Amino acid sequence: MTVESSRRLPVLLLSLVGGVLLVALLAAVMIGPVDLRPSAVFLEIFDHLPLVDVDSGLDARQAAIVWELRLPRAVLGALVGATLAVAGAAYQGVFRNPLADPYLLGVAAGAGLGATIAIVAVGSGSVLVPIAAFVGAVLAVVATYGLGSAGGGRRTGTTLILAGVAVAAFLTAAQTFVQQRHAETIREVYAWILGRLGTTGWGDVALMAPYAAISIVVIVLHRRLLDVLAVGEDEARTLGVRPERVRTAVVIAATLGTAGAVAASGLIGFVGIVVPHTIRLLVGSSYRAIVPMTVLGGAAFLVLADLVARTALSPSEIPIGVVTAFVGGPFFVVILRTSRRGAQ
Amino acid sequence: MRKLVGLTLALTLLVAACGDDDQMVSSSTPPDAGPFPVTVRGTEIPDLPQRIVSLSATHTEVLYEIGSGPEIIGTDVFSDYPAAANEMEKIDAFNLSVEAVAALDPDLVILSFDPGDAVSGLAALGIPAVLFAAPGPPTLEDVYSEWRDLGTATGHNDEVAALIEQVSSDIAAILAQKPETVRAFTYFLELDSTLFTAGTGTLLDSVFGLLGLQNIADPADGPFPQLSPEYVIGADPDFVFLADTVCCGESAVTVAVRPGWNQMTAVINGDVIELDDSVASRWGPRLVDLVLTISKEVYGVG
Repeated sequence: MTVESSRRLPVLLLSLVGGVLLVALLAAVMIGPVDLRPSAVFLEIFDHLPLVDVDSGLDARQAAIVWELRLPRAVLGALVGATLAVAGAAYQGVFRNPLADPYLLGVAAGAGLGATIAIVAVGSGSVLVPIAAFVGAVLAVVATYGLGSAGGGRRTGTTLILAGVAVAAFLTAAQTFVQQRHAETIREVYAWILGRLGTTGWGDVALMAPYAAISIVVIVLHRRLLDVLAVGEDEARTLGVRPERVRTAVVIAATLGTAGAVAASGLIGFVGIVVPHTIRLLVGSSYRAIVPMTVLGGAAFLVLADLVARTALSPSEIPIGVVTAFVGGPFFVVILRTSRRGAQ
Repeated sequence: MRKLVGLTLALTLLVAACGDDDQMVSSSTPPDAGPFPVTVRGTEIPDLPQRIVSLSATHTEVLYEIGSGPEIIGTDVFSDYPAAANEMEKIDAFNLSVEAVAALDPDLVILSFDPGDAVSGLAALGIPAVLFAAPGPPTLEDVYSEWRDLGTATGHNDEVAALIEQVSSDIAAILAQKPETVRAFTYFLELDSTLFTAGTGTLLDSVFGLLGLQNIADPADGPFPQLSPEYVIGADPDFVFLADTVCCGESAVTVAVRPGWNQMTAVINGDVIELDDSVASRWGPRLVDLVLTISKEVYGVG
């Protein structure tokens, strides 16, 4: 991609990625371990629209597979993927660190500790597990923020990242300790940590939707300020932008979104790194273009990853976190090589 | 209680440390003990064991059943049956400390999980340890062969032979009552709420198979696959067996509210059967209880 194309709003690319997302969603509801006629699946979803009454020809059980399993799972995948990807892009922007991911400030470790305590105390099926994960994630970031300014100095990006490393290490140790004291729940904790989309159907979607909305809207609104921050904190200040305020707003939004995502689906890694960087290689370094593209690209990526997770070893499932890393890693390398070659 | 155990332990160690070992060993050798040393699963056991540490719930149950109870001095945290297995020093088998085991001064250690190679560590201290490795025996015959190994290791060969005789005839009697059915019933066995199940090559699969039941997990790879939710619903098994009632609080009520499950035949017909996790996941003498429960629930006989 050339430099000129990154200056324009990449409408063409945006609609292309939007199209990929649409195709991914359609594939996700039409393909699965149970063979259903694609046209019948389509009619079944159509039938649920207001004022529409058509007979899809599916029996009650097949209809439930479409409406209560596949569709909410695809929607949840899109929400979680979009949120994790845009949170990753946001963190990379405010911390000016290409390795920043949504779990940077201790979200994963805090959520892991919260979920482990809940699984140990009340069992893996409890509604308290996502709540505890959410609370743990938010508390971890609050602790990171507190620690980041404990030195008395200004809370810079670097001090926050270092504080995040310390908080994550501490909470991971605590999580491991709790888990080892309750070996009987190891499999459930492990399954949760590997991440999984939707076993409670629309319930998870309802849980996730508000957090996805908040984080996506706030980060999209801040996309121009992220461009200003990218120049440097002092430079941003001379332009009348207060870096700390922008950073706090964006981090709060990204943290809420990430906490919602881990509460709904466990720890799904790699989305927040691979998607923003792939988009960056396609559209250049301007967050004005990266942020909206990342929302759509992240959604499409996770929906497709889940499709692989459900169908590759059908009727068994592969943990989705394994798919995102296993497919995303090599894919990322290919993108990187192609774009290098294109640039030469 | 714990303090008392600790005190007893300290005294025992003190005696062991200053006395000569022959005085410790009781002379009540069972008549069927056979000649020692014996070699079991690659481990040589020099003398008839008097102080056994069992770090495997299944094998603890078998040891008590074949009369090794008096010799057991320590068990792991999962060994909760029979009740006597709880009244002693507890060892964390998942984070096994060779030193903690050695402190009990055992002359035989039984394990079923050994990622840190405690068997070698114990051997270096002169403590024989026998590992019955995961994922466990795939058929009843393999179960009996594990039991025989336990009998050989502990000198209870006759009791083991009697136990196998009893269990196999009990199971045969239950199977004999199984009525003819037009077709084989299908089932889904749930190990946890993320739909891990026991598939081909597991004892559970073969026990259900003996009862004429067809596992919906058969097409899946590996002994313990994690099934896709829509596959379970689409396969629409005649019966759902829950082996996660104790660990995870699942029940006929909790599975009925999962998305799509209210459309499953087993849920509609009330054929969701709650099993005791530990009976379903171990292969001790209570296997008979498992076979009996399945037979009663599916065929109404047993």
